[in-house]
Amino acid sequence: MIDTIVHMVLVLAMPPLLIGVIAKTKALFAGRVGAPVLQPYYDLGRLMRKGVVISDTTSWVFKAGPVVTLAATLFAALLIPLGKHPAPVAFEGDMILFAYLFALGRFFTTAAALDTGSAFEGMGAAREVTFSCLAEPTIFFALITLTRLSGTMSLTPMLQSVTLTVWTGTGASLLLMLFGLFVVLLAENSRIPFDDPNTHLELTMIHEVMVLDHSGPYFGCILYGAALKLYLMGALFANIAIPFSGGDPYLDWLIFGLSMLALAVGVGVVESVMARLKLIRVPQLLVAAMILTAFSLVLVVR
Amino acid sequence: MLRQGSLGQRVATAGALLASLMALPAISYMLTAGLRARYLIEWNLPFGSCELALDPLTLIFLIPIFLVFAAGSLYACGYWPASSKPASEPPLTFFYGLLAAAMAMVVVSRNGALLVMSWEVMALSGYFLMSAEHTDPEVGKAGLVYLVASHLGAASLLVLFSLLAGATGSFLFPAAGSLHVSSSLAAILFFAALLGFGSKAGIMPLHIWLPSAHANAPSHVSAILSGVMLKMGIYGILRVITFFPERPLWWGELLVVAGLVSALMGICIASAQKDIKRLLAYSSIENLGLITAGIGAALYGEATGSSRLAYLGMAGALFHILNHGMFKPLLFFGAGSVMHATGTREMDRMGGLSSRMPWSTLLSLAGAVAICGLPPFNGFASEFLLYLGFFGEARSSQPLLALGAPVLALVGGVAVISLVKLFGITFLGAPRSEGAAHSHESPASMLVPMGVLAGLSLVGGIFPQLFLSLVNPVVGALALGAPAGYAAPVRPIALTAAGAALPLLAGAIFLVLKRRELASPRATGPTWGCGYLAPAPRIQYTASSFGQLMGSLSTPLIRSRTSRGTVAGVAPVEASFRYQPEETLLGKVAMPALRGAATVSAFIRRLQHGEVQIYMLYIFATLFVLLLSVR
Repeated sequence: MIDTIVHMVLVLAMPPLLIGVIAKTKALFAGRVGAPVLQPYYDLGRLMRKGVVISDTTSWVFKAGPVVTLAATLFAALLIPLGKHPAPVAFEGDMILFAYLFALGRFFTTAAALDTGSAFEGMGAAREVTFSCLAEPTIFFALITLTRLSGTMSLTPMLQSVTLTVWTGTGASLLLMLFGLFVVLLAENSRIPFDDPNTHLELTMIHEVMVLDHSGPYFGCILYGAALKLYLMGALFANIAIPFSGGDPYLDWLIFGLSMLALAVGVGVVESVMARLKLIRVPQLLVAAMILTAFSLVLVVR
Repeated sequence: MLRQGSLGQRVATAGALLASLMALPAISYMLTAGLRARYLIEWNLPFGSCELALDPLTLIFLIPIFLVFAAGSLYACGYWPASSKPASEPPLTFFYGLLAAAMAMVVVSRNGALLVMSWEVMALSGYFLMSAEHTDPEVGKAGLVYLVASHLGAASLLVLFSLLAGATGSFLFPAAGSLHVSSSLAAILFFAALLGFGSKAGIMPLHIWLPSAHANAPSHVSAILSGVMLKMGIYGILRVITFFPERPLWWGELLVVAGLVSALMGICIASAQKDIKRLLAYSSIENLGLITAGIGAALYGEATGSSRLAYLGMAGALFHILNHGMFKPLLFFGAGSVMHATGTREMDRMGGLSSRMPWSTLLSLAGAVAICGLPPFNGFASEFLLYLGFFGEARSSQPLLALGAPVLALVGGVAVISLVKLFGITFLGAPRSEGAAHSHESPASMLVPMGVLAGLSLVGGIFPQLFLSLVNPVVGALALGAPAGYAAPVRPIALTAAGAALPLLAGAIFLVLKRRELASPRATGPTWGCGYLAPAPRIQYTASSFGQLMGSLSTPLIRSRTSRGTVAGVAPVEASFRYQPEETLLGKVAMPALRGAATVSAFIRRLQHGEVQIYMLYIFATLFVLLLSVR
C-alpha cells in the first residue's frame, strides 16, 4: 500500500522537475544562471489559470487530443515499476499495453494537430508519426531481449531481474540496449538532436509545432503529459541502468529518485554538446538504434 | 430508415436483418455449447453425396458473413437507394444476397465439387457487384483484373480438389486428421490451397487484383468484400490444413513469413495512398497478413511442441478475423458516407467534415483507432494475443519467431500513420473543395449499421472474454497442438480494467479542464498561421504530403509518379501538376509479366472467335476424345 502511494506521488509530482533540471543543466553549460528548477511547476500553475483561445476551424477532436493523450500516459504510469518497487498494475503482457498507450496518445495528438487545418501542424504531425513508427521496433527489440534474460513477460519482474550478476554476464548486450533506448528516449520526447523545443522556426519543429494552437489548461495538459512521458521512458531506462538495490525500501526510492535526476542531467548534457540533426538524418539514426538493439538480442541468444 | 428503398430493397433488407437476428444467436449458442450438425442432401450430380455440416470452424466464419451482410443491406438503403439509382439498385440488391448465400455455402459444404461451385457463384456475384458502375472505364478494368485473378485461383482449387479426390476416392472432404498421403503430395496439396485460397485472401504477392477491385466497388460492397470475402481464403487454408494428421514445420514458417511480409508491405503501400478506399483496401492486405502470420505461428507452435504458441497464434488469428469483420466494414461505410456527402474519393479534396457530419466522424474515429490495434478497442485485444505468442518464443532455444514482435510493432506504427492520415485529412481541418464544404450528415439507415459495428468493436476491446469464448471452441476443435480446454495464458480481465479505466480517466480530465475553461475568459479566432495573414484551405497539409515522409522511406515498394507542365516566363500562364502513387511491384513486375503472358497467349485467342456452332464442335470433339481414352 505504501509502495503504491509513493509510486503515485512520484509519478504525479516529479515529472516537471526533470524538465526543470534539464533546462538548468543547459543554462549552466551556456554560462547562464537559468530559470529556477521549479519553473515548470510555476508554468503549469499559470497555464491552468489562463483562459483559452480556440481556433474556428477546430472541432471536439482538438480538445480530445490533450485529454486522451494525458489519460493514456497516466494509465501507462501504473504499469512501470520505479526502481526496485513493483508497479501497481502488472499482468502478463503489460509491456505491450505500455507501448500501445503511447501510440494511442500519438494518434490523438496528431489528429488534434490536423484539426487546426494549419500546414505547419500537419507537417509536425507527419514527422511525429513517421519518426515514432521507426522508434517503436527498438523498444520491442529491447523488450524481447529482457524477456529472454528474465523469462517473464511483465515489466515488473522483467526489469527487476536485471541485477549486477546479469550485468556482469551480459554487460555488452545491455549497453547496446541502453544506447538504443536512450536514442528512443530523446527522439520520442522531442529532445536535441531530434527536435528542439526552443527553436524559433515552426518549419523545423516536430512536437512543439503540433501544439501551437492549444492554449491555457489544454496546453498545460500537453506540457504535463510530455513531462510524464519523459519520466516513464526515463524510468524504463533507469531500471535497466541501475541494477543494484540498497537493501532498504526507502533507500531504494531515494536511489531511484537520484538516478532519474542524473538521467535528466545526462539529457541536458547531450542537449548542450550536440547540434540538432538535419531532418533527413533523423530516420537514419533511429534505424541505427533499432539495429543496435537487435544486436543486443543476438548477443544474448548466441 | 427504409423509406428511400424500393419495395424489393425493403423486402431484401428486412430479410437480411431477420436472417442475421436468427442466425447470430444460434451460431453463438452452437459454438459455446459445442454443438455440431450434419445434413445429407439428395442430388443427382456425379460428385458423391452432397454433404453440409456445421462445425466450430464453419460457425466462426459464419459470424462475419451474417453480421456484415445485414449491416451492409441496411446501409445500402441509404447509400444506394432505388430512388436515386433506379437502374443499378435491383441487380446490386440481388447479387448482394447471392454473394452472402454463396459464402455461407462455401463454409458449410463438405464436398469439394460443391465448394468449388459455391466458390464460383461467390466470385461471380462479387464481380457483378463491383462493376455496378461499369460505364466507368476504371471500374471495367478493375473488374477484369479481378475476374482473371479469381479464375486463376479457381483453377488452382480444381487441381487441389481433383488431387484430393484422387487420394481419397471421393469428392467428400476427408475427416479431420485422416488424410495420410506422401509428404510430396501433401506439399503439392498445400501449395495448391495456398495459391487458390491465398489469392482470394490477398496474400502478397497474390494481391494484385485486390486494391482496384475494392476501391472501385460501391462502399457497402467493398465492406463485404474486404470484411468477409477475403476471409473465405483463410477459411479454405484452415480447412485444408485440418485434413492432414500432422503438418511439417515449414508450412508454419512459410505462412508466418508470407503473413508478416504481406502485413508490412500492405500497410507501407497504404500509407502512401490518397484515395480513401484504396488505402482501406491495402490495409485489408495488412490485416489478412496478420491473420496468416497468426495461423503460421500456430502451425509452428504445433510442430515445435509449444502448445502456448499454438493457442495464442490460432486464437489471435481467429479473434482478428472477427475483429476485422467489424472495423473494416465500419471504415468502408465511413468512406461511403464521405463519398456520398462530398462526391469524391480523393482525400486531398476533403477536409472539415467533422462539423457537418459529427456522427460519421465519431464512428469513423472508432474504426480508425480499432484498426490501428490501439486500446481500448478490439484490434488491440487480438494483436495482444499475437504479440504474447511472439514474445513467448524469446524464451525458446531458437528465438527466431520472437522477431515477429518488432515487425508487428513496425506494422502498428505505419498503421497509425495511415489511419491518422485517413481520419485527420478526411474529417478534420478546413474543407479543401466545394464538395467538402457542402457535405451533409448521412441518413440513419447508414449511421445505425456503423454504430452497431463500432459498439461491437468497443465491446470486443473491453470484454475480450466474450469473443474469446466464441474463439476457444474453434481452437480446441482444430487441435493444432493446443488441446481442447487449454488454459489461455492471458488474463482478459487486465484488458477490461485498462479499457474501463481509460475512458474514465479521460472523462475526469475533461471535466477538470472544462471547469477551468468555463472559469476563465474564452476567445475564438483563426488558426495561428505563424505570421502568415492570408491562409487558405489549399495550404493545408494534404494526404499526399502527410504520407510523403514515410513514402520516401519505402520507395522500393511505392513511388509517386508525377507529371507537371513547364512554368516559363515572368508571368507564367496556367500550369498543372499531377501525382499518382504507384505500386512498384505492380508496375515493374506484375504488369510486364501479364503483358508477356498476353503476347504468348495471343494465338490461343484465335480459338475464341464468338461463333457458337464452332464452340459446340469443340465440346463434341473433347467429349469424343475423352470417351476414346476412357474406354
